[in-house]
Amino acid sequence: MTTTSSPVTTRQGVLELTQVSRWYGNVVAVNDVTMTIGPGVTGLLGPNGAGKSTLLHMMAGFLAPSSGTATLDGRRIWHNHEIYRQIGLVPEKEAVYGFLTGWQFVLSSARLHGLPSPADAARRALDLVEMTDASSRRIETYSKGMRQRVKVAAALVHDPQVLLLDEPFNGMDPRQRLHLMDLVRRMGEEGRTILFSSHILEEVERVANHIEVLVAGRHAASGDYREIRRRMADRPHLFRVRSSDDRRLAAALIGDPCSSAVSLTEQGVEVQVTDYARFTALLPRTARDLGVHLWQVSPTDEDLESVFSYLISGSSR
Amino acid sequence: MNTVVADITYRAMLGRKRIWLLILLPVALVALAALLRLINGQDEQTAVTLMKSFAIGTMLPLLGLIAGTGVIAPEIEDGTIIHLLAKPISRPVIAVTKFVVAASLIAVLAAVSTYAAAYLLIGSESGVAAGFTLGAVLGGVAYAAVFLLLGVLTRHAVAVGVIYALVWEGVVGGYVPGARKFSIQQWAQSLADQISSSPFFSTEVTLGFAVPAMVVVTVVAVVWTGRRLRSLSIAGDD
Repeated sequence: MTTTSSPVTTRQGVLELTQVSRWYGNVVAVNDVTMTIGPGVTGLLGPNGAGKSTLLHMMAGFLAPSSGTATLDGRRIWHNHEIYRQIGLVPEKEAVYGFLTGWQFVLSSARLHGLPSPADAARRALDLVEMTDASSRRIETYSKGMRQRVKVAAALVHDPQVLLLDEPFNGMDPRQRLHLMDLVRRMGEEGRTILFSSHILEEVERVANHIEVLVAGRHAASGDYREIRRRMADRPHLFRVRSSDDRRLAAALIGDPCSSAVSLTEQGVEVQVTDYARFTALLPRTARDLGVHLWQVSPTDEDLESVFSYLISGSSR
Repeated sequence: MNTVVADITYRAMLGRKRIWLLILLPVALVALAALLRLINGQDEQTAVTLMKSFAIGTMLPLLGLIAGTGVIAPEIEDGTIIHLLAKPISRPVIAVTKFVVAASLIAVLAAVSTYAAAYLLIGSESGVAAGFTLGAVLGGVAYAAVFLLLGVLTRHAVAVGVIYALVWEGVVGGYVPGARKFSIQQWAQSLADQISSSPFFSTEVTLGFAVPAMVVVTVVAVVWTGRRLRSLSIAGDD
């Protein structure tokens, strides 16, 4: 599958994966993925264990693809430390040098980048993530969210064209999360290429204008988040309904085209729904007309795994 | 050599509990020497035995293990190394810097404690103190390089290092004549023998072999570390 994210007007900060696979022994973590990530915010969405981190680490130059190529503006990423002038990386692992203060950590990042005014750059980056007040404290005294923010400051200190964030919102409180989301959105609007991974759809759609979905190492879907959202809503749903008269309700529901199959089980009526919107409007109306009381209406396959599985089966059709 | 990498590494080594591990053995060496001086008085044979078996034979490889692996292995293990590697700095420069930090720590601690212990026992007699100090410094540098390499080659660097230090250096190098030529401990003793004129001490490995061997092992280990760092894979938590 070849996809292109939001319009790429320049060739600055364009990450390209071409038929990239990565395996560990017999285990395939990433399977034949081709994608292009351009300026703007792109969310890398997928359930835990889908290969998001592996993909991100290949883009960051910390893993060699077993096959295929990963490039930044046409330059190979693996074995190329010069790309870090353009890339900022926020790894998921919480570990940072706890014995350094936030200020020392971000300043060291600025110095390692060889910036002309490292202190100014460090101040600016800490200010950007609202960590100036806490910057004189040792990192080991920070909360998880504060560590995350100081890592973001260290990754931003050289004003990179490309920012890669691995599950950046994990461990943040709601206020910190909103602040970082706002920051990421702003940086995307400024024309930076930002890719962040997440397993939470709501998180991705609040920030990203483009989504790449990875399931079981495969590139399952790609596009605007509204399109992905629609495809997720339009997939067949399985509902379990318990009522005062399951048999009458089942007979009425099978007669409507919004359901493809209805079965009576010991737990109630199971309805295979093909038109989600129509079904959710029809069910209460039908129950009222029949004088049937609804005790319970529950979707049985709403977990992320089944949503992603549907997407990947759709993408392979 | 990168001063920021060196600064962070020195802080990591000296600012936390690891410093106690580093100074434990040198302090034990000096304390042992003081005790022996009190019991035996000024005895050259005792001094040479203590230098050979404890200073060079035990303290030096263990210091090498703690400092050599300590400057890099924990950072790889917990992922903090990403902070250094995701920068426009060549990986061999990072390897050389880590080596300089480890080697300087071992050299200073080994030199000070070895000289102090030998001096406490017999003063400057027969050049024992100076000879073993030189051996400890240069042997420490070679150990730093070897254990640094181990730190990037395997996640079990400490276990492999202990086996190497105890089995190869301690047992094989000590008792198997042919293997002695390939022991850092023996090379360090060969250097000590050049300065010392003590009749209680002689080595089998010639200086002509020991010095080039030390240089080759050190250079190869540091270069290899740089190459390994260049290809270091850090996976995510998928």
